[in-house]
Amino acid sequence: MFSESMFSVDAGYLEGLARGFKGGILKKTDYYNLTQCETLEDLKLHLQSTDYGHFLANEAGPLTVSVIEERLKEKLIIEFNHLRTQATGYLAEFMDYITYSYMIDNVVLLLSGILHDRPIKEMLAKCHPMGTFEQMEAIHIATTTRELYDAVLVDTPLAPYFADCINEEDLNEMNIEIIRNTLYKAYLEDFSAFCQQIGGTTAEVMQEVLAFEADRRAFMITINSFGTELLKEDRKKLYPACGRLYPGGLEMLAQAEEVEQVKLVADYFAEYRVMFEDDGTGMDKTLEDKFFEHEVRLNVRAFMQQFHYGVFYSLVKLKEQEIRNIVWIAECVSQRHRAKIEAYIPILE
Amino acid sequence: YDIGAVLEGFSPYLWANLGVGLGISLSVLGAAIGIYTTGASILGGGVKAPRIRTKNLISIIFCEAVAIYGIIMAIVISTSVVHFDEATASEKVLRANYKAGYSFFAAGLTVGFCNLFCGVCVGVVGSGAALADAQNGTLFVKILIVEIFASAIGLFGVIVAILQTANVRMGDKAD
Repeated sequence: MFSESMFSVDAGYLEGLARGFKGGILKKTDYYNLTQCETLEDLKLHLQSTDYGHFLANEAGPLTVSVIEERLKEKLIIEFNHLRTQATGYLAEFMDYITYSYMIDNVVLLLSGILHDRPIKEMLAKCHPMGTFEQMEAIHIATTTRELYDAVLVDTPLAPYFADCINEEDLNEMNIEIIRNTLYKAYLEDFSAFCQQIGGTTAEVMQEVLAFEADRRAFMITINSFGTELLKEDRKKLYPACGRLYPGGLEMLAQAEEVEQVKLVADYFAEYRVMFEDDGTGMDKTLEDKFFEHEVRLNVRAFMQQFHYGVFYSLVKLKEQEIRNIVWIAECVSQRHRAKIEAYIPILE
Repeated sequence: YDIGAVLEGFSPYLWANLGVGLGISLSVLGAAIGIYTTGASILGGGVKAPRIRTKNLISIIFCEAVAIYGIIMAIVISTSVVHFDEATASEKVLRANYKAGYSFFAAGLTVGFCNLFCGVCVGVVGSGAALADAQNGTLFVKILIVEIFASAIGLFGVIVAILQTANVRMGDKAD
């Protein structure tokens, strides 16, 4: 009983601040205004009246979608770091866990850049700023996973996740994707265990969110592996074990050979069955869109409870979705292809 | 093993003063938990919504009231703790003093624990009120009603404690 009262000692202010940031997430009317824009300059004008304010004010040169995306991400990083630098104890560790998924993406991005002989500077510019770690430039010396680990990753927080990945094979296309999924599986399971260790409302909220993340990855890995050379045993090793599908559903997914069989697996779970069915609305949403929608729903639900760390995770995820939405609308506006401009995912009323 | 003899060995002064100590300290503990819970949320919410800063100080006042109840009872009880001469006291006076000691202890416990839980409760509700107010200004008054009910339970503790100490007296003339 008192543990929830103790929450406010270290994290009460930060929770209030995080909820303030969440209040600034764009609403339906904001999106309506954005979709009415004719040019990117209009978009910038409309964004000025939201929480984003004058973030594009100092942009020299013509406004492009990539510039807008960069500035949006920058704003998210500034807010996240503001919260992170003031966090202590469990909260600090929790927020670090949030950044690890971006680190994994950065590692894989740099590796694939090396594979295609891209200059390291160009790849570094494309990395997600939330996942920076030291020695990022040193990745280009790695040709096998063992070298990668010894040279670069052993000093980063990703080191324990690499245990399953180390072998002497050379890095190629297939291996890089396998590395990504193996790292992510280890990360999700570790994060889930950490949240269970914190206990209380945090464990409850994060359990739901991370379970969906795990199941979603299991589905996507299965569907994307149809038609590739990935063996079923190898595929099974990539499924995270912290979701609702574990263990029975994952067994069935590992045996699946076509989308129909994946649908059969999803039928066992009420929320997932709905996503695989055709909803009668006529709008053709892809499976990924439906996953994003469900993720947004779960993350908004996290804000319904107080005194837990899940709000920080959900804030980052919702802001990310918002950035994806704005970039989608900006693309439609700049290419004057307004047919699918409504295909963003609404977050708040 | 005679528990009765052991209990009789404890002086009524012990019980009475323990009552004073527990009464004030548990009340202050409850008030403190309440104030930091609400205060941290007001500070956090007030960054993006500065308008909530002044209105939500009412929640802090409710928490503070809880500590004030504690100090009232502590003063009432401690001024009633009067010297009596154990050696020359009659059976009746002795019994009256022991009764007073127990009553003061119980009153201290009553007001202490009631205020402890009241303070925690008002703190959690006040925190919710601040954060809800930051998102939607019309919610504050509604949640304030919940807080008023929450602070009423602390008042119950004081009332019962007053009743417990109403007709008891220590001292040589006690009966």
